[in-house]
Amino acid sequence: MRQPYHGVVLAAPVTVPYVRYSIRSAHWWLARAFSSLLEKSKLKKEEIDGLTVSSFTLAPDTAIGFTQHIGLSPRWLDHVPLGGASGVVALRRAARAVQAGDAEIVACLAGDTNHVDSFRLTLANFSQFARDAVYPYGAGGPNASFAFLTAHYMQRYGAKREDFGKLCVAQRANALKYSHALFKKPLTLDEYLNARPIAEPLHLFDCVMPCAGAEAFLVLSEEKARTIGLPYVRLLGTIEWHNAFSSDPVQLRAGWALDREELYTQAGRSPNEMHFVQVYDDYPVITLMQLEDLGFCGKGEGPAFVREHRFTWDGDFPLNTSGGQLSAGQAGAAGGFLGMVEAIRQLTGEAPGRQVPDAKIGLVSGFGMINYDRGLGSGAAILSSDE
Amino acid sequence: MPTLPPAARSRVALGLTAAAALGRFELQQCRDCGMVQYPPRESCQRCLSVRLSWTRQDDKGELLAATVLHHSNDLFFRERLPWRLGLVKLACGPTVVAHLHADAPPAPAKLRVAVRLDRAGLAVLVGLPDKENVNMADDRQLREFTCDPKHRKVLVTDGKSAVGQALVKALAAAGAELIWVGHAEPWKRLPGFDELQKLPQVTAVPLDVTDSKNVRELAAEIGAKVDILVSNAELHRTHGIASRQGVETARAEMDVNYFGLLRLAQEFGPPMRARGADGVASAVAWVNLLSIYALANFPPHGTFSASKAAAQSLAQCLRAEMRPAGVRVVNVFPGPIDDEWNQLLPPPKLAPAALATATVGALREGVEDLYPGDVAQEWLERWRDNPKALERELSS
Repeated sequence: MRQPYHGVVLAAPVTVPYVRYSIRSAHWWLARAFSSLLEKSKLKKEEIDGLTVSSFTLAPDTAIGFTQHIGLSPRWLDHVPLGGASGVVALRRAARAVQAGDAEIVACLAGDTNHVDSFRLTLANFSQFARDAVYPYGAGGPNASFAFLTAHYMQRYGAKREDFGKLCVAQRANALKYSHALFKKPLTLDEYLNARPIAEPLHLFDCVMPCAGAEAFLVLSEEKARTIGLPYVRLLGTIEWHNAFSSDPVQLRAGWALDREELYTQAGRSPNEMHFVQVYDDYPVITLMQLEDLGFCGKGEGPAFVREHRFTWDGDFPLNTSGGQLSAGQAGAAGGFLGMVEAIRQLTGEAPGRQVPDAKIGLVSGFGMINYDRGLGSGAAILSSDE
Repeated sequence: MPTLPPAARSRVALGLTAAAALGRFELQQCRDCGMVQYPPRESCQRCLSVRLSWTRQDDKGELLAATVLHHSNDLFFRERLPWRLGLVKLACGPTVVAHLHADAPPAPAKLRVAVRLDRAGLAVLVGLPDKENVNMADDRQLREFTCDPKHRKVLVTDGKSAVGQALVKALAAAGAELIWVGHAEPWKRLPGFDELQKLPQVTAVPLDVTDSKNVRELAAEIGAKVDILVSNAELHRTHGIASRQGVETARAEMDVNYFGLLRLAQEFGPPMRARGADGVASAVAWVNLLSIYALANFPPHGTFSASKAAAQSLAQCLRAEMRPAGVRVVNVFPGPIDDEWNQLLPPPKLAPAALATATVGALREGVEDLYPGDVAQEWLERWRDNPKALERELSS
């Protein structure tokens, strides 16, 4: 039986505005995120006694080396190099540390730089399997991997490009209300459909744009948050799973499908009670997979679900309300924090122009690490601002 | 230097390259539980055993999904877009990412997966249509991994030996566009050579690999046009150490078998390297006729064996120098060939025509080390199993 997360809250959602390319290192972006957290929370550096760091481009450093860069002396530290699953997993690690009293206030940071050639180098050396058995095959990176998953999903469940396009168009509408999104122009379904092919069946607007940026939030006890007067949201339930369904020949599902019931049971809520959902969206097929595996519709019913709903912040199923990575940009590991940060903003009323009316509860999902042919890590969390 | 495909691999992944060099479809298999796995790992993903071997596997599979890349992060592929890839579930278990032949039907479809060496000299998997067809080798992507003589210009350094003549005929039959055929001592009329010259693809050129000036002049004339060079001139005498006084015969063997290769490599290597991976009409391969005796000395042919061992070592150096240019060095290790210098050996002996067919096959399949015929295959297995035992067996 899992212990509940009573008394653990999240606060101080911050974003270091993204840029397409940066000459700075990951350390710069993470330091900016940390300083933004202090500024927003009005805490002193010395009051932060726990730290998690997520980054692809911090090498040769890890979290521990980074403490010396920012002059922090934490009594609890974790490096969470789990890509798109980093946000949920960092939260889970930090939440238990706070509950157990190992740390009082944990800063969860994610950030990456993007030099003109750094994305290629990240891909070429992403993992041993990628280097041995994927990169030499056209060096398409995640575009190629997701092209396979998308092609197979379309063939198996009858999804059309229009279905993916509807999600992308709605997310762009959301992004136009989010000042930090890199994409500033509206997107029409025709523009989506007529875009140039990248890795068939994927076309330009199906693929995230790598960029530099950082995201961060604090995890602390509810009591502490009240004492220092920080707006906060509660953690009602959360799950993670890695390398699930490893014998499936091609990925159609991930870890959420194994224990989503435990997620909803722990939170005491059901999928239809969510006021918004923030899913990991480096490619739209993964959005459909998450909606299915998290129980918003049955397996293979994603395309029908998309046709039945509206996904803008003011629609009947608000999804990726800051535009998702597809419209905000993918700042490396910060992409795994984007939905978490946006969820905290929505629940603390800090999403001007795209505020989901009366948003009190929402779900955040993470997915990460295409180690070889599929994403290995999955996780989800339900957050609420209800008393 | 041309661009090459990404060449970084972990050591354990080079097992696939070792298999590809021999043209074998092998994957890592657990000796304890039988699990076949890919990508290669240091331990069995099922039972955690570290007793893993590369073993031959069924090459059948099902294409689960295909894509066409219109964007690549790597220069080699950028120059060759669009590029087809497939995700294939192999009958033996794992799902693999593979380059995909243009004739492969849309997914889901039955497929065959082959292992090939790419221009960087490293193994890659290629998805091929289930059914063979005559023009299959013409596939634009597949030709990046093979050295098919079709439409290519070839130099065969010695057209007077039985093996040389068989090679020229096989290359002509395989669709080589032009074949220069070397002949030392042009004043000597030898059987078969006139007939060879009647082939429309053939041009005879004087070539004595023991003559540095001659080699240099020929390279100046045609070196920049040769796509495939077949170094097959050899001198074969049947002596050990005690059976002959002096070093003159051994020196003559070395002058052809070892220094001949060195002269060719010094003169033809640079122009071929300059034309490696140069679009569709590029230098692609260098074939060395070595001998199975290069692996372990055959005392009755002791000095010949030594010269072939020297040539093999030099060929490894040549391979290292040609690899950055994407030019493959193919070493051929025949057992005894059915010719006058092996007349005292009992069968099985390799017919020159069979050697030639196998050599053309190696170019087509992209094989790097060819052991043609039953004797060579058996010796290879003995040598891989226990080199010391083979040494004793050959000397008894």
